[in-house]
Amino acid sequence: MHAVVFAVLAALILASAIWVVALRNLFRAALSLGLVLLGVAGLFILLEAEFLAFVQVLVYVGAILTLVVFAIMLTAKLQTAPVTPPSRPVLPAAVVSSALFVLLLRATPAFVPPSSAASAPVPLARLGQELVGPLVLPFEVISLVFVAAIVGAVVLASARQPKRPASG
Amino acid sequence: MSLQPVLVLSHALFCLGVYGMLTRRNAVGLLLALELILNAAGLNFVLFGRAFGSAQAQAFTLFIIALAACEAVVGLGVILGLSRSAHTIFADQVNLLKG
Repeated sequence: MHAVVFAVLAALILASAIWVVALRNLFRAALSLGLVLLGVAGLFILLEAEFLAFVQVLVYVGAILTLVVFAIMLTAKLQTAPVTPPSRPVLPAAVVSSALFVLLLRATPAFVPPSSAASAPVPLARLGQELVGPLVLPFEVISLVFVAAIVGAVVLASARQPKRPASG
Repeated sequence: MSLQPVLVLSHALFCLGVYGMLTRRNAVGLLLALELILNAAGLNFVLFGRAFGSAQAQAFTLFIIALAACEAVVGLGVILGLSRSAHTIFADQVNLLKG
């Protein structure tokens, strides 16, 4: 049963990931990214990390994808500019990435899982205890990063146009 | 459930992300490829956390998702500012810092 579900999810993830990098239309690429994210969330459920699956759907599909779609629509005029440069050469990139794939496969030979005693699903309560116990410093640093990112994004994207002519 | 297939899948996801980073010129497309790479890393964390029964691995996947959200927010802010000031979103045409 697990194998069938995994095969379906893997096919979905791989096909959508190829669309993400190959489709010329950026809007469709973003929607394919949504499919990839949903597939990865399904894999999280398969790996018994349900909380992470919900976070993945909420944050990635709910927030990040919406932001990306907004950015694509706000810059749509520039994407079809008459001076659109040709896409980069595909062949060297394909060679580099497939060489990297082979290298990664060679670096991780048939992974032997540890004894089944250690291989247990992690209860959500333990995850919470880790977050407020040993990992409290990275947790707080992440919130600091959030504040910095929010302030930085507001400053970067705020509509101050001092040099624009009045017609703009 | 065997772990090797998931590992191969996350490798493939990572390499597709690298391919996207190398071929895209559009800055938004670069961000999309970056999300693929971060997802592959998160998938690996969850996989090995499941294999070794570690809660910290899941915590770090949470951190990865949070940092990906920050990165997307700042990146899209930069892209919007760029489209306003330089009138382009193609990463090759941005040479404001070139001496």
